[in-house]
Amino acid sequence: MSMDSDTAAGTGTSPRLDSKVPAGATADKWENHKFSMKLVNPNNKRKFDVIVVGTGLAGASAAASLGELGYRVKAFTFHDSPRRAHSIAAQGGINAAKNYPNDGDSVHRLFYDTVKGGDYRSREANVHRLAEVSVNIIDQATAQGVPFARDYGGLLDNRSFGGAQVSRTFYARGQTGQQLLIGAYSALMRQVAAGTVELHTRAELLDVVLKEDRACGIVTRDLLSGEVTPHSAHAVVLATGGYGNVYFLSTNAMMCNVTAAWRAHKKGAFFANPCYTQIHPTCIPVSDDFQSKLTLMSESLRNDGRIWVPNGMDDARAAADIPESDRDYYLERKYPAFGNLVPRDVASRNAKTVCDEGRGIGPLKNGVFLDFQAVIARDGVEAISAKYGNLFDMYHRITGENPYDQPMRIYPAIHYTMGGLWVDYHLMTTVPGLYSIGEANFSDHGANRLGASALMQGLADGYFVLPYTIGDDLAGLLGQTAVPTDDPVFTEAVRGVEDEQKRWLSINGTRSVDQFHKQLGRIVWEHIGMERDKAGLEQALTDIPTLREEFHSDVRVLGSAATLNQSLEKAGRVADFFELAELMARDALEREESCGGHFRSEHQTDEGEAQRDDENFAHVAAWEWHSEGTAQTRHREELSFEDVALSQRSYK
Amino acid sequence: MGGGHGETISVTLRVWRQDGPDEPGRFDVHHQTISTDASFLEMLDLLNEELNAAGEEPVAFESDCREGICGTCGVMINGRAHGPQKATATCQLHMREFSDGDEIVIEPFRAAGFPVVRDLAVDRSPLDRIIEAGGYISVGTGAASDANLTPVPKVAADQAFDAAACIGCGACVAACPNSAAQLFTSAKIGHLGLLPQGQAERWSRTETMVETMEEYFGSCTNHGECSEACPKEISLDFIAFMNRDYIKAKVRNRALTGQH
Repeated sequence: MSMDSDTAAGTGTSPRLDSKVPAGATADKWENHKFSMKLVNPNNKRKFDVIVVGTGLAGASAAASLGELGYRVKAFTFHDSPRRAHSIAAQGGINAAKNYPNDGDSVHRLFYDTVKGGDYRSREANVHRLAEVSVNIIDQATAQGVPFARDYGGLLDNRSFGGAQVSRTFYARGQTGQQLLIGAYSALMRQVAAGTVELHTRAELLDVVLKEDRACGIVTRDLLSGEVTPHSAHAVVLATGGYGNVYFLSTNAMMCNVTAAWRAHKKGAFFANPCYTQIHPTCIPVSDDFQSKLTLMSESLRNDGRIWVPNGMDDARAAADIPESDRDYYLERKYPAFGNLVPRDVASRNAKTVCDEGRGIGPLKNGVFLDFQAVIARDGVEAISAKYGNLFDMYHRITGENPYDQPMRIYPAIHYTMGGLWVDYHLMTTVPGLYSIGEANFSDHGANRLGASALMQGLADGYFVLPYTIGDDLAGLLGQTAVPTDDPVFTEAVRGVEDEQKRWLSINGTRSVDQFHKQLGRIVWEHIGMERDKAGLEQALTDIPTLREEFHSDVRVLGSAATLNQSLEKAGRVADFFELAELMARDALEREESCGGHFRSEHQTDEGEAQRDDENFAHVAAWEWHSEGTAQTRHREELSFEDVALSQRSYK
Repeated sequence: MGGGHGETISVTLRVWRQDGPDEPGRFDVHHQTISTDASFLEMLDLLNEELNAAGEEPVAFESDCREGICGTCGVMINGRAHGPQKATATCQLHMREFSDGDEIVIEPFRAAGFPVVRDLAVDRSPLDRIIEAGGYISVGTGAASDANLTPVPKVAADQAFDAAACIGCGACVAACPNSAAQLFTSAKIGHLGLLPQGQAERWSRTETMVETMEEYFGSCTNHGECSEACPKEISLDFIAFMNRDYIKAKVRNRALTGQH
């Protein structure tokens, strides 16, 4: 067991984690820094190769923007088309400090709300930059033809979202993510047509390659032919999304995984705050053992629906048969000021509490009611249908129950992961030349992400931050050619990937990859889910390695490596989830406080709310990989708050 | 675990198996007993668990979001693209749409433009080639003016959205007796052509996209099967819009370049 650098070095930021935040007032940093960064002249840009992995909002916007600038870009997606990335499923909207409604919004207010919403665990300078460029994103997307909602005068409409006190959320019906992704995808395809971006579909990253400690390329496997190929470049950008599927059941798409980030971690990129995961309170509860994923019902439903459970335990009556006197509208009771609109983490934890008490509803007693009878009686079916028709129909299709007649059943589910690869102000990881953007990095949301902020961050990174910062690094490499793909570092990496494929196929055990994934997910949900405690986390640290050993000796992957083989693909992804899960447990164990999505039951206020420990934990925890079988080392980046005063969140 | 509130039904599956693009295919028959609460793809997940346990390779099929928005999934179910439920992608179809004793024939999307990759998975990349040919507005990052500078009439914005709702699943092509991609292509041409931002390239876009479409796909003979199968119910009106714009484009593009 290696010693923590914390303990060794006392407190203070680890020398390995230089955030490179520029000097000066927070509000001026980005503007000044843009001027101080080195530029690459237009004729020289075409001498640089940049690899972008992932084509969601962050990856597609970055690849398109870098292509427009004149870099030689290679974009990779493991989907059949760049348009499939999971950004597409985001429903609610995208925040921007446009202040079109004239209701007092500003860059500073969006910055402030985001730092506070993240429970004071994000880097102020990054968040301020995010708020600054948010306005450019709306302009860019609109110019691309993204059909945001408009009012009758033809101007853009805004709504309040996720408890914000201003209306700063732009939206496109319930399909904002889809429309923004199609915008970024079309910009990307324009560059493919222009020849600045070389697009590789159905290509999965299986290793990151370094030469002399600098990232020089990647190794991919063609998911149709199985061919393993090295690709070299001057810089590598990972835009590969979050790791919510470590829980098996989540609102993430089936293929979402941590593999690219994890393999980068094993090559030296520090992994930050893995225990910061977000639970979304309004998802359809698990219905049976065969369930493959969970479906989100937009948070906007809480604007009109009332959440309740019966007063008594094991009340099996239908909702309509339970009189008002036997109902507990527990959020309205406990939080009279915010009621059903308390933030995601608070709403989620309270649903868990009432279900744990035995007051859960539905066939498996694993849900709470989200009831629209009152608002239907007040506004009529038509008004509700106009607002939520799509969502009600989707609920009906999935559950077979009609939410116009009976309340929805909902329960929290894993939705987003705030942790990810540690990056500096330039979005570069601890490996020179290796960048991470979008959900894959840890940067802007602290311990809790606010609604309508994920789309904003992905596009901010891809359109308006990385294209500037990457030039500062590349300018220093002028005259250097990319490492050739026949260099030993590549041939060795290719052999490693090929050996891995052979290993999965040779185990020939008794259980499928999915069975192991499901079992792992249960452990992670049980012990590193909505509420964590020391005993549970220690249990997880025993259970996960035991199951992992069984996985490596008893998994059954049939077929060949030379064709489309979906079990083989999953085997590698689940192997990485096993290692990540263990790190999540360690990270959660070491963070002896509650903050945002990380709730340690030992650390709560008398009223049961999250209790931070700013004195000891106002820092980023970033983990350094050493080797198989050796525990990672925990490094810390101290967070300083100059513009936002730390305070206890309260929603009473 | 069990305990869902649906009933259990028994169905007979006839599933298309094909080892690779150039290999011959066949139907395999399987019997499944399944809760009506399961989704169609969860039923296939269970089948794959059983196959794997029996030492047979699982059926390859594609899906990702399982929320009907990413467009990755899609198979022919009893001859219908995405199956029997209207406005529903395969991943959102549930077994309660079937009855005890049903026979269910499951095939890949059938179209010359979509070669089979393996079992139920096909190659739909020609759809990306159509987008690449002009399915965008040429505005580089940073070149945009303020978003409220150009008001867009709400009715135009809403109509553009109806077209932009396309998920690119390819069901329209699979449902068409001619394997035509008119609905897909016209959805993009309609989306951009209805917006003020899309006017500068309206005619050139229409011409290049339509002509690229014709390289890969068949011709439209107005059956309307595409719109019937579309999980987003995209209207045939967009095909009319595209056809009208294409004729105009042939004239205008020539006029603009002086080639009469």
